[in-house]
Amino acid sequence: MKELICIVCPKGCHLKVDEENGYQVTGFSCQRGEEYGRQELLHPTRVLTSTVRVEGGLHARLPVKTNGVIPKEKMMEAMRLLDDICVQAPVKTGQVILADILGTGVSFIATRSM
Amino acid sequence: MYDCLIIGCGITGAALAYELSRYELSVAVLEKENDVADGTTKANSAIIHAGYDPKPGTLMARLNVEGAALAKEICQKLDVPFQQIGSLVLAFDEADQKTIEKLYRQGKENGVPGLELLDREAVRSLEPNLSEEVVAALYAPSAGIVSPWEYALAMIETAVKNGVKLYRENRVESIERLSGGWRVTTNAGSYDTRTIFNAAGVHAADIHNLALPEGFQILPDRGQYYLLDKSEGTRVGHVIFQCPTKVGKGVLVSPTVHGNLIVGPNAEEIEDGEDTATTGSGLEFVKKMAMRSVPSVQFRDSIRNFAGVRAVSDQEDFIIGRASEGFYDLAGIKSPGLTAAPATAKYIAQLAGQNELTLKEKKEFTDSRRRVRFNELSTEEKNALIREDPRYGRVICRCETVTEGEIVASLHTPVPPCSVDGVKRRVNAGMGRCQGGFCGPRVLEIIAREMGISPKEVLQDKAGSYILMDETKTGGKNHG
Amino acid sequence: MVDLIVIGGGPAGLAAALAAHEQGLSDILIIERDRELGGILNQCIHNGFGLHYFKEELTGPEYAGRFIEKLEGSGIRVQLDTMVLDITPEREVHVVSREKGYEVLQAKTVLLSMGCRERTRGAIAIPGARPAGIYTAGAAQRYANMEGYMVGRRVVILGSGDIGLIMARRMTLEGAKVLACVELMPYSGGLNRNIVQCLQDYDIPLYLSHTIIDIRGRERVEQVVVAKVDENRRPVPGTEMTFDCDTILLSVGLIPENELSKRAGIILDRRTNGAVVYENMETSLPGVFACGNVVHVHDLVDFVTAESQRAGAAAARHVLEGPAKGEAIDVKTGGAASYTVPQKLRPENIGKTVDIFFRVNRILGESAIRVEDEAGNLLARYPRERMAPGEMEHFLLPKVLLEKAQGRSITVIAEENEAVK
Repeated sequence: MKELICIVCPKGCHLKVDEENGYQVTGFSCQRGEEYGRQELLHPTRVLTSTVRVEGGLHARLPVKTNGVIPKEKMMEAMRLLDDICVQAPVKTGQVILADILGTGVSFIATRSM
Repeated sequence: MYDCLIIGCGITGAALAYELSRYELSVAVLEKENDVADGTTKANSAIIHAGYDPKPGTLMARLNVEGAALAKEICQKLDVPFQQIGSLVLAFDEADQKTIEKLYRQGKENGVPGLELLDREAVRSLEPNLSEEVVAALYAPSAGIVSPWEYALAMIETAVKNGVKLYRENRVESIERLSGGWRVTTNAGSYDTRTIFNAAGVHAADIHNLALPEGFQILPDRGQYYLLDKSEGTRVGHVIFQCPTKVGKGVLVSPTVHGNLIVGPNAEEIEDGEDTATTGSGLEFVKKMAMRSVPSVQFRDSIRNFAGVRAVSDQEDFIIGRASEGFYDLAGIKSPGLTAAPATAKYIAQLAGQNELTLKEKKEFTDSRRRVRFNELSTEEKNALIREDPRYGRVICRCETVTEGEIVASLHTPVPPCSVDGVKRRVNAGMGRCQGGFCGPRVLEIIAREMGISPKEVLQDKAGSYILMDETKTGGKNHG
Repeated sequence: MVDLIVIGGGPAGLAAALAAHEQGLSDILIIERDRELGGILNQCIHNGFGLHYFKEELTGPEYAGRFIEKLEGSGIRVQLDTMVLDITPEREVHVVSREKGYEVLQAKTVLLSMGCRERTRGAIAIPGARPAGIYTAGAAQRYANMEGYMVGRRVVILGSGDIGLIMARRMTLEGAKVLACVELMPYSGGLNRNIVQCLQDYDIPLYLSHTIIDIRGRERVEQVVVAKVDENRRPVPGTEMTFDCDTILLSVGLIPENELSKRAGIILDRRTNGAVVYENMETSLPGVFACGNVVHVHDLVDFVTAESQRAGAAAARHVLEGPAKGEAIDVKTGGAASYTVPQKLRPENIGKTVDIFFRVNRILGESAIRVEDEAGNLLARYPRERMAPGEMEHFLLPKVLLEKAQGRSITVIAEENEAVK
């Protein structure tokens, strides 16, 4: 039995996952929490937020995020992909900055217009 | 060859530079740090003492009283914040009462104007927030408060305007005697001069010993302080002292010219004259002692703690005089050194005038200085200024209402700042309750732009005190 | 004369202005000191915003962006790069800007949404040397996320507030080494999810009941000394740990920015450091409203939005229908409840229910919130599984219950269940 704190929302439910019985989850208060509990033990994932260089904008950096979750162990590798990117303003919220991160099918998208 | 070389640009060096710049002399000032007023001058109680503390007949007594009168005059001429709010020395018991009576007599003898002994009721009507335990007080209406770093800055700026050369980041490494003068070598260059004025503060003995046989010792003495928010700035209206002890004037509570409340210092002998760290026990002591005078001080409104090191010497009086031919010490400048500074400068200049120097007044001497304090202007003046230069319409420091125009102007003064704290000392940006949390990045940006350097090169304060380390997104560099 | 001047264009000001507009107010001016709207959300590039309000997880800039988009075409005016210097009790707003110089604007209603600032080293008197390398977490966040600079490479974080936790992850992802997160209290001030995904994910140790007792370094931070504290929060000798680091980030609390409110003569609550407000977020100055972190520090922007919408709507009603009426009763606190917002209620001015927010001053297990009147009669009881200082609590109090209250005040009491029995 593994105990976890759910990170799906700010509520922070205390979950229990039974690894020996088909990863049954208890202690959740929503379906997403139940899903998180199982995923976190089978293959944990995260949304990654960061920035890229931007030229001609109000600021020196443009915030970006993955438009879905990526495997937790790929976070650092995904970060490195952003190191060499420089976008030109104007940029729109939701614009794809880097498609298909490390073969995950998930993309980095801009999280603001600039 | 310079006529005069001043070592150290704290309050004493700055006052001397200002004094000597009146005369037809070539004067240079060496400062080891990247800014002036960077040692004891920037970290003290900021008080212009009335002059009842020093023993009558000492040089300290004379320079204190003369200095207090000169401070008022100079601050007015050079646009330095100064308020003559008066001071109270509190008595809590009979022994204290004897002490304040003694101070009263000393003060009279020293020529301090307006001294009065107040009974309990009179004290309480002046200062309703004082402790119930106070039984009497010595009132000195001529005491005042000042911005010590701006005082030093104003004098060195005026000196520079009148031809004095200021060399910063020049740490003196050796001094050799030449015929008819001296050669002073620093980490950055070499300077020949007829006379040396040693105003090196906590390092004054080291400088003395580079040139002459040992004469005195400096025993650095650290004092810690609390600075409180402006919401506490009116807790008292006078400088509130306790009775002096052997180690100093005790813990005071006072408004500052910037509208805050200052509380401190303690006194602790330390090895390293540069050690301005605060300690948990030191701050605790200061707090406890201050609450003895003013129990209602709200320490939750503290905005900054700091410590300063006083250049206490092994002698009771200041060590001010001609140590050798062409070598003058201005050393052991403990309290009331800030107050005495302009009198010290006049005294030593006259002394040198009787020896190596000829004091001939310059025909043209600029004896004024003005800086814009946006916050203090009338609406019409504000609008006129913004029309002329829109940068005065952009408020950078929200706590102290300091505009971009003021910051840019400070960067183009005769002694420009080269760090974020340097800007703070000149225009108060970052001095308020958020301590630069909001304006720090903006000030950094303005400094980088005006000085034509990268933001990464901008300093917090001393040389080497970098604020930013790396850029993000540097092509993998940060990820090793 | 402007109908409504909103001071501060962060999440609170934006939501309030839009709500006032929806209520039919047309002449609205938002004054923002920065170059853009959105406030602190612009630097909060992490996700986790909007689950309550938008029912989806957004980043800070996205959350702000949704409100900023709504402004377009609404006719709400925005004045950027403009600093408010003073507000008078007569609702004159003194502002200064590069473009327009110094102006005095007259408003029918004013809404205060200036947000908060971070507590600094000086506020908590951390002893030691004063080299460069000590920043509030928010300042480091701005440098990293908007300006593209790292403030350090080896970092110790003091305080486990959410900004500190978020910055532990941010700095790590950008290549810095975060050595420790040090918390004075026996519990974290941040959300549990942030401890998991910002510290545990990166193996960053969290030291509870610890604090920094010394900072070393002349030019730049070189070392910090951390020690355990006892139940009175005094360092325990012999428990010192030394970390070689170049940076200290402080996440030690937020303080509502009420200098303008103070100067205007608005009554403040020493417990929240914000204005004392009525049920409609009106302050002690009639026609002056306040909402968001300037009133009390929130954990979630979603709650700021909800509170601000009520404040904006109330300001609109003030202009369109006249001032709110009715006698006020006080809301007092008991047990572990450390404050409430609102602090005053005018039952006559309440619809069906009133939302009451508060925090507890310690962790409570199975517990209840009780509301009593002056005579000690129980008006309402709300069970809770757990309450913690880091998580703002709230409950809806029905007007019908409030009308039963005897006396001039009600008391909100938070207590663990054993204590109730």
